[in-house]
Amino acid sequence: MEATTIKAHDTFSGGVHPAGNKQLTAHKATVAAAIPKRAVIPLSQHIGAPTKPLVIIGQEVKKGEKIGETTGFVSAPVHASISGKVVAIGSFPHTLGVDMPSVVIESDEKDEWVTGLKENPDYNLLSPEELKKLVQDAGIVGMGGATFPTHVKLSPPKEKPIDVVILNGAECEPYLTSDHRLMLEKSKEIVDGLKILMRILNVSKGYIGIEANKPDAIEAMTKAAAGSPEIKVWPVKVKYPQGAEKMLIKAITGRTVPAGGLPMDVGVVVQNVGTAEAIYEAVRYGKPLIERYVTVTGRGVKDPKNFLARIGTPFSQLIEEAGGLTDSAAKVISGGPMMGMSQYTLDVPVIKGTSGILVLPKSEVSTKSYGPCIRCARCIDACPMKLQPSYIGIYIEKGRYEDAKEYNLMDCFECGSCTFVCPANRPMVQWIKKAKKELAKKKN
Amino acid sequence: MEAPAKVLPKEPPKLIVSIGPHIRAEENTAKIMWTVSGALLPATLMAVYYFGLPAIMVILVCLVTSLLAEAGMQWVLKKPITISDGSAFLTGLLLALNLPANAPLYIPFVASIVAIMIAKQLFGGLGYNIFNPALVGRAFVLISFAKVMTTYVAPVTTFMAFDAKTTATPLVILKEEGMSKLLEIYHTKAALYQDLFLGNRAGSLGETSVIALLLGAAFLLMKRYITWHIPISFIATVGLLAWIFGGKEGLFSGDALFHMMSGGLVLGAFYMATDYVTGPSIRNAQIVFGIACGVLTVLIRLKGGYPEGVMFAILLMNCFAPLLDRGMKSRVFGKAEAKGVKK
Repeated sequence: MEATTIKAHDTFSGGVHPAGNKQLTAHKATVAAAIPKRAVIPLSQHIGAPTKPLVIIGQEVKKGEKIGETTGFVSAPVHASISGKVVAIGSFPHTLGVDMPSVVIESDEKDEWVTGLKENPDYNLLSPEELKKLVQDAGIVGMGGATFPTHVKLSPPKEKPIDVVILNGAECEPYLTSDHRLMLEKSKEIVDGLKILMRILNVSKGYIGIEANKPDAIEAMTKAAAGSPEIKVWPVKVKYPQGAEKMLIKAITGRTVPAGGLPMDVGVVVQNVGTAEAIYEAVRYGKPLIERYVTVTGRGVKDPKNFLARIGTPFSQLIEEAGGLTDSAAKVISGGPMMGMSQYTLDVPVIKGTSGILVLPKSEVSTKSYGPCIRCARCIDACPMKLQPSYIGIYIEKGRYEDAKEYNLMDCFECGSCTFVCPANRPMVQWIKKAKKELAKKKN
Repeated sequence: MEAPAKVLPKEPPKLIVSIGPHIRAEENTAKIMWTVSGALLPATLMAVYYFGLPAIMVILVCLVTSLLAEAGMQWVLKKPITISDGSAFLTGLLLALNLPANAPLYIPFVASIVAIMIAKQLFGGLGYNIFNPALVGRAFVLISFAKVMTTYVAPVTTFMAFDAKTTATPLVILKEEGMSKLLEIYHTKAALYQDLFLGNRAGSLGETSVIALLLGAAFLLMKRYITWHIPISFIATVGLLAWIFGGKEGLFSGDALFHMMSGGLVLGAFYMATDYVTGPSIRNAQIVFGIACGVLTVLIRLKGGYPEGVMFAILLMNCFAPLLDRGMKSRVFGKAEAKGVKK
């Protein structure tokens, strides 16, 4: 057993230290949110091909019933999160900021499971392929926010042998505590999920990376992994973006994922702790992914809380259950304050990748315009990818996208560290997103 | 009959939507400029202590002219007026600290106009100027009004010091008469060093007091408003080269400490070469920049026509800053590893 004392290990260069603000919810045990009266379930909650609906308007569905079928390998099925009647299929607001095809289910308040979900008390007897099939059928995607279909990550090509699985419990985004609570409340399930992952990938080394600011989670996970010498709980330094895949791999294994490459290029698969827990539930109990931990927090809600919420629960409902908006509430963000997406309506639903709902009051929202770059180099020091965001920003500002590309624009994963530290308030992430789109347009 | 009032649904909250990150560090351009100006307070006070009312006059003319020049130029160019960002104030203050206390007041006036209107605003304003504005202003008046700009006064004992005794700076004495003359004046090296450290010598009004400058610099380093890269490599290079080549008795006989504490080196290295806009922003490039500034400074001091070379060294290196940044870009995370990977 390692890492019983909280000594953070090596880390990546760069990064920033925003105020954590996790004390708002970190100590609050997760409560089950009410079952929504109307669940809006987007047919696309993942990166990849959207699903096509398997239901028609008026059809009765049960909890756990598959309502969206995949149309390709890089895709994940979608399931009903409540029992009731399909009342609409069409475009509804999505946390991505646009309307997306969705299935709307009105609850019959019976909350009945679909029949035929198969429990596997002896899942250890199943083959890796069978286990992977269970993960795929359960519609599991990366629950840290990236929502990449998990079974795809578990199918590396032969020439990329995997020898390490890392569970990401860093939770480096300020405010969010859903992973933290999950690690305290479902430690055993997470460890068992990790073991399933290791079996599927035939790997004998597993790590659970947790930022050192969560000593109770480190202790709980260490205890849960006590009988498993192949699993190490690994405290990592408190620094944003420590939870970014490449940074976490660097901190734990010392390996550097090649620019433009993937973790599998260095023999690593990274999964969020929430994903591991969902995998355990899917394999052991046959449960598809229909609910998740969601932190509702910020000084714009009256009573910040951690919820276990059904997929499709509208933001408005969870915010009401967290005491409602304060009078000064000004910005509602799906996810954390660094990489989360601000929302224009509270009608958007919780989806598989919704780790939190952050409501900022007016006093914490800056609407200042930006000034000229003074080349102070704070962004250069902060960039975990060692880019020069100042120069990239200057080029994009002038519409010189190709020059920005020369400055390795494409290696930016939009963590926002540069923009966070910029004294001139320059919107680097916004520009970079725009430049990537413009360059993609040119290519086509 | 009136229709019953319709019950409107509760008005949905008006939400602000923008691309993340949604939180920002508490740093801004104005705060940086005003803080750096604040860090120059000890040096400014020492200037007043040593040079009296004339120093105050020079400082005031520089500050007022710089602010008016900035606002006026922005008004003419139909740009937003941004004098509250502190950058024109800082330029004015730095410029004043680089002028002799006894300069007739048209000198700070002309230098400020050149610094702000030409070196800064005509190049595009804050963030776009290639050369350090304060140093351009100083270079202009040094070349145009060579006589008054090389006439320095000794520190004074009265506040109303308008008839202070003119005297040569230690660097001029060294250049023209050698270290032996300096020792004749100060008797011991220790006394010489002490006066250099405290600032009790002739020179530009804000450059003399090494201790006051170091105090402010320590504050800026602590706040991470500046980093060690440029100033340390600059000053160390001057010390090293002065030690190797600066002596009369062959190699390795020069007085490193004397060279490091005299002239405008400490002021230049910590407050002018570190100017964000006109220096490189890549850390390794900053070290090269500092070393090159040091080499040029010693070259001018030992071989050039001027006794002091800090200003020209920084201005010369300002042109190379973009090139250094471009040539010394840090390697992207994973770029080296990307070569051997099959895609």
